[in-house]
Amino acid sequence: MLKSFLKRLRHIWHLVRRLSGDDAYERYLEHHMAFHANVLDAPPALSRKEFYKLWQANKWQGIKRCC
Amino acid sequence: MMVWHKKAMWFLVALLGTVAMAGIALHRGESINALWLVTAAACIYAIAYRFYAAWIAAKVLTIDTTRATPAERLDNGRDFMPTNKWVVFGHHFAAIAGPGPLVGPTLAAQFGYLPGTLWILIGAVLGGAVQDMVTLFFSMRRNGRSLGQMARDEIGAIGGTAALIGTFMIMIILIAVLGLVVVNAMKHSPWATSTVAATIPIAMLVGVYMRNLRPGRVLEASTLGLVLLLLSVLAGGWVDHHEGLRVLFDHDGLPLAYVVIAYGFAAAVLPVWLLLAPRDYLSTFVKLGTVFLLAIAILLLRPEIHMPALTQFVDGTGPIFGGKLFPFVFITIACGAISGFHALISSGTTPKLLANERDIRMIGYGGMLLESFVAMMAMIAATVLEPGVYFAINSPPGIVGKEAVDAIAKINSWGFAVTAEQMQQLANDMGEKSLFARIGGAPSLAVGMASIFGTAFGKSMLAVWYHFAIMFEAIFILTTLDAGTRVGRFMLQDLLGNFNKKLGETSYTPSVIITSAIVVASWGYFLYIGVIDPNGGVNILWPLFGIANQMLAAIALSVATGILVKSGKLKFAWVTGLPLAWLVIITTTAAFQKIFSEDVRIGFFAAANDLSAKLASGALPADKASVAQQLIFNQHLDAYLTLFFVVVLWVVVLDMLRVCMHSHVGRPVLKLSETPHEPSQLAENWVRD
Repeated sequence: MLKSFLKRLRHIWHLVRRLSGDDAYERYLEHHMAFHANVLDAPPALSRKEFYKLWQANKWQGIKRCC
Repeated sequence: MMVWHKKAMWFLVALLGTVAMAGIALHRGESINALWLVTAAACIYAIAYRFYAAWIAAKVLTIDTTRATPAERLDNGRDFMPTNKWVVFGHHFAAIAGPGPLVGPTLAAQFGYLPGTLWILIGAVLGGAVQDMVTLFFSMRRNGRSLGQMARDEIGAIGGTAALIGTFMIMIILIAVLGLVVVNAMKHSPWATSTVAATIPIAMLVGVYMRNLRPGRVLEASTLGLVLLLLSVLAGGWVDHHEGLRVLFDHDGLPLAYVVIAYGFAAAVLPVWLLLAPRDYLSTFVKLGTVFLLAIAILLLRPEIHMPALTQFVDGTGPIFGGKLFPFVFITIACGAISGFHALISSGTTPKLLANERDIRMIGYGGMLLESFVAMMAMIAATVLEPGVYFAINSPPGIVGKEAVDAIAKINSWGFAVTAEQMQQLANDMGEKSLFARIGGAPSLAVGMASIFGTAFGKSMLAVWYHFAIMFEAIFILTTLDAGTRVGRFMLQDLLGNFNKKLGETSYTPSVIITSAIVVASWGYFLYIGVIDPNGGVNILWPLFGIANQMLAAIALSVATGILVKSGKLKFAWVTGLPLAWLVIITTTAAFQKIFSEDVRIGFFAAANDLSAKLASGALPADKASVAQQLIFNQHLDAYLTLFFVVVLWVVVLDMLRVCMHSHVGRPVLKLSETPHEPSQLAENWVRD
């Protein structure tokens, strides 16, 4: 009972983090590890701060909010 | 086949919905409980979602769950990315839900609660949600192409250009009218002004926190910002009681409008991380939280609706905006029933995130139903007020007179009871000096929300709730203002890039400053006129915005209808064709009346001529005579703008019909631009998280 409740809570917390972009850097690192880390001469992963700047700029291209 | 108990359950939902609708429509008593509206809405949404949306997805669009979506095929970990449908739903809803569904129903309540309520429900289920879903689907099948690109690819260059120009114009009018709403909410209210002003440094602090102090810790920073925002509401009350400080924040409409214009320019030029992005986080959290709280409060408290089902203003003499029930209720409530702007979101970020085609029903159709529900709550919050109070707050001084005595006499003469003492008591309760002529919809919504919340949490908190509601509206109006100005700037830079490459670079400072200045000046002009207009500006700007927004919806539905016919689905073309026909009828009728009506409160030319005649005969007092020339010029400008909208609308619709005719008789038309089928590699019940 308590266990499934905690599991549910964790799931919701996960969703909130994902929705807000709180976990964006962690997901970026995963993506980087999976696709770029093993490539020869690949640039190293961005730092948290560098990534955040790029991510933010990318997010606000185009129409993001309406009436 | 459905099993019998499911059938029985849906039968009960349908029965309950019918009873609730009949109850609302046939009710003729003193007041009706808001629960009737909520019940009717819930049942109608459920049935529409379960049956109509499912049918459209299966038969009209024939979604294919085995087909790879652009998110899967083009996954780049950035904009294309298969994403959990709840996450996409959250992003999509946060993007489409702005201040529109709150303001429109509040204004349309002047006709009574019934017309607006019916349009919010029927319009959303048959129009708005269909538009959002089909646009999302067609864009997804075209690698997430924008509405303008789809119009160009499927119908022709004319449609594409029309969509582009339409988007830009709507943005300008929308920002102006929203700016006016904020200015009117802050006018001579030190509490509201200081609270709204405090949101700017709070957002910047959150921005610096997210970028420099603890990079990327979005939730931490937002929590900090939310606490500060709540404190700023309380601090506003302290400022209001402080003799020395309150004068700093006590201003007329015009200086506030200049501040908003200057702010808009700064927001468009400053980097996104400093103001726009953090403000957006705060506004999204505040928005979701407040809407949720309001829904809970309405369900628990079941407030009585005091507004009659219909008022005498269905004849076109309404104080808030002129014009008969038909077509103006359909123009006034755009967002919440059908909003062309949503088509830009549905053909923007959202289609690039869908993991499976089946998600379009929940995200496209379901997202719009939720937005429609927000509009229903705004309607409830506006109509729980005593009608006399509602009209006292929302009627401009040009209609009811500047003095409280005149306004009370006028409103009583309409048959709505309200007294000066009652208004004074209400103003005291809300911590304001006066609540007369606080037009624009935000103050009356805030009073409605405060009285609903106040019933739950005690009357002593009314003033805090009122200013919390004002802060809630202002914070996401300002987000729309920031984001809209920036989008306008990008569009303009894109356009200028065709003539001068350097000007097209989004980071080239002179270009940034020039284009931002042009965009801000454009909406700043309409905002300025709206503030100096004694009839309140809302009467002009909101219908103009409604017409423009419905025009964009008509373009989106034209594109969808054209694609359906070209795909050989003529027999299903009514799904988008019927709402399109309705939009064409209401937009054209409204535009015709705004241009040619002899009534000075409706027709732009009639108003201009009336003002010229009065000016020539010297009948105007000095303060009105000094701005009369500007108002006359503006009335002419608005008339031509309306004409432009309706011409664009007809050009696109006729062009679409031409393409459909050609396609139907087998003549060559532009080929369907759908990307070819590729099987999905993702597992059946795959979720990324």
